[in-house]
Amino acid sequence: MRENRAPGEKKNLLWLQSGGCGGCSVSLLGAENPDLPTSLQSAGIELLWHPGLSEKSGCEFLDLLARIKAGEIALDMLCLEGAVIEGPGGSGRFHVLAGTGTPMMRHIAELAALAANVVAVGSCAAFGGMSAGGDNHIEARGLGFDGRERGGFLGADFRSASGLPVISVSGCPTHPAWVLETLMHVTSGQMLAGDLDAWGRPRGTANKLVHHGCPRNEYYEFKASAGKLSDMGCLMENLGCKGTQACADCNTRAWNGSGSCINGGFPCIACTEPGFEEPGHAFVETPKFAGIPVGLPIDMPKAWFVALSSLSKAATPRRLKQNAHSDHICVLPAQKRGGDKS
Amino acid sequence: MNRRITGPFNRVEGDLEIKLDIAGGRVERAFVTAPMYRGFEQILHGKDPRDALVYAPRICGICSVSQSVAAAQALAAIQNLTPPPNGIYAQNLALAVENVADHLTHFYLFFMPDFARRVYAGEGWFDATEARFKALRGTALAAMLPARAGFLHIMGILAGKWPHSLAIQPGGMTKSVEIQEKLRILALLTDFRRFLEAELFGDTLETITAIGSMAELEKWASHHAPDRSDFSRFIEISKNLGLEKMGRCDQDRFLGYGAYRLEDGPLFAGGVFEDGRILPFSQDLVSEDGAHSWLVMDDGAKHPFEGATIPDADAKDGYSWSKAPRFDGKVAELGALARQITDGHPLIRDMVARRGANVFSRVVARLLEIARMVPQMEQWTQKLRPGAAFYEQKAMPREGEGFGLVEAARGGLGHWVRIRNDCILNYQIIAPTSWNFSPRDGSGMPGALEQALVGAKLRAGEGEPVAVQHIVRSFDPCMVCTVH
Repeated sequence: MRENRAPGEKKNLLWLQSGGCGGCSVSLLGAENPDLPTSLQSAGIELLWHPGLSEKSGCEFLDLLARIKAGEIALDMLCLEGAVIEGPGGSGRFHVLAGTGTPMMRHIAELAALAANVVAVGSCAAFGGMSAGGDNHIEARGLGFDGRERGGFLGADFRSASGLPVISVSGCPTHPAWVLETLMHVTSGQMLAGDLDAWGRPRGTANKLVHHGCPRNEYYEFKASAGKLSDMGCLMENLGCKGTQACADCNTRAWNGSGSCINGGFPCIACTEPGFEEPGHAFVETPKFAGIPVGLPIDMPKAWFVALSSLSKAATPRRLKQNAHSDHICVLPAQKRGGDKS
Repeated sequence: MNRRITGPFNRVEGDLEIKLDIAGGRVERAFVTAPMYRGFEQILHGKDPRDALVYAPRICGICSVSQSVAAAQALAAIQNLTPPPNGIYAQNLALAVENVADHLTHFYLFFMPDFARRVYAGEGWFDATEARFKALRGTALAAMLPARAGFLHIMGILAGKWPHSLAIQPGGMTKSVEIQEKLRILALLTDFRRFLEAELFGDTLETITAIGSMAELEKWASHHAPDRSDFSRFIEISKNLGLEKMGRCDQDRFLGYGAYRLEDGPLFAGGVFEDGRILPFSQDLVSEDGAHSWLVMDDGAKHPFEGATIPDADAKDGYSWSKAPRFDGKVAELGALARQITDGHPLIRDMVARRGANVFSRVVARLLEIARMVPQMEQWTQKLRPGAAFYEQKAMPREGEGFGLVEAARGGLGHWVRIRNDCILNYQIIAPTSWNFSPRDGSGMPGALEQALVGAKLRAGEGEPVAVQHIVRSFDPCMVCTVH
């Protein structure tokens, strides 16, 4: 018997983990202003269970699972963190949910069929992600995608009871605010299919590029490139940075107070994009053809990029040239000369 | 005798199942199962060695920096590279932020909520404990979560983000800290210290660090009423429930790799502690056995340089995806307690001399480590020299082998790497929980937790044996690392 639910009643959220590292949950715990419990409260979310946070363990949790499956408890949101593991040989035995003897993928399939909304948290749950690295011998899939292929574990035609496809909050890990704002959007009842991009990612984040607000933008403009890690210059030409191709707002929304990958001195590896785990080159090396990076800024015609790059390289101020190859500012911006007070 | 299967265990990192043989209201035998396989060692095979610094941290979301540091040290060994002093201090700071944050998360979110279970409703301390520590609702969360998040701002400065930073490199750190950032880190440490002293300890960190014996701890507790701090509440509950009598391993053998590598040796000395004395640790004597793992293991225990990780879900005697690491063929326990024993902290030595490792002493060791680390972090931050190098670049040889041994929050973590023709030929990882939660080995010897659970008493009519919950969580297991 499904319980009778009044409008404005809390929305139930069940959070499961499978093929992943738990890092998206660990990141989520760092939510600030407000913190995680306050954010959930504000969104009217009742956390039925989270493997890292809830009291229920063992048979207490299995009872809950049985009641959800029997339809006694409404499942408004199913969040999966980590990829669905289908191996070996499609059996799912690489992850059997403890205490049940049943592969996790079977539980996920049953619950996804019941859930009003299905949210993939992190690139593993969205696309397979890191868990699908190498030759993917564990047969890891995302819920909605298998790498760049539409379909994934739930199939290309999957729609949850709300009519939405899998909502994919990608990232490795996810920023706490990406997850919380998505959950708030879902519970507000205002999320429509058009609010998701082609990968099922909420457009609030996916509309943006990591490049937006890049602290090294001036080096980028003048193609003053870093030669090695720890240099202050642009990381795109030599060090594999994909900030101009990756959809996320990492440089306009700080991580852990003031951070971002670029701020930390290392390149964007496009962790929000499907297939990021196997780039086909060393992560900290830009693949080039005839001296020109293969991965150019998204949407940019190659000839224009080459032309603009040579122009801006010719115009690079000495300050940027020198600072680009240093680990701290050694040439200061020029100052207008002040006059004596008369 | 009856057999009971318990799991999934909540409030541990990753998935865990335990089979218990119960007789006369006590656990007679325990079998620990890690029910998920992830395959990172296979993923790393054939990769550019530098890519290990992208893959390895993603083994674990909660021990991410530890994985990075172990990978960086293994590669640095191959490159014969030592980071500049700034790089060493900044790496240690990042590692300390992670370890301390993990200890805090364990205490407040994973461990203490079990005492707010209704099964304890009759105890004198229950109402206050429920109000403070109830999962997801306790008042401690409102203080602890912002304190933890603020503390992790140090990671934002040093490593760009947490988890999964690429800032940690064999040659140091990619991020050069400027003077205002150094001062900001000191301010964040002051803020965090204030939370610890006001809420967790109800006393200065230095006073906690100076407690040198059980007698002194009892004296301290007699001056700090249970409602004065979360530590004093924990001591009250421990006494009341006899936590010091729960969860001892048969073999009091502890392993520490030496924590926080500095130019003149580790901050916390490593070693092997058994029969009341310290012996030197050598990684040569580490082996992994897969006799009871779902793995293809042809010919017995192997040193990780020779090891392989090939899954076989039908392995005849297998009951876990974890291997069974052993030191000199013997079971050892790793973690904060082991670190503080091998380093010789007098309180922990005294506790272990009395009752070995148990639920109480494991948790005390973790909290003690928080108190010891924060002042140390203040000193390391003072030693950062803005303007001087944090990183040194050096080419990667085409061939070589190296290992990296670090102390993660949960204990010693090792990476063993072999490179050939510019690619990773073999990458083997032994995580701390692989030691603590290992299945039986080829000789039938149970792992540390399997031993610690024997004798645990069940309360009448309880569904999930709460003593088992306490013992399991006292190890602060990280299953996602275990099944890398």
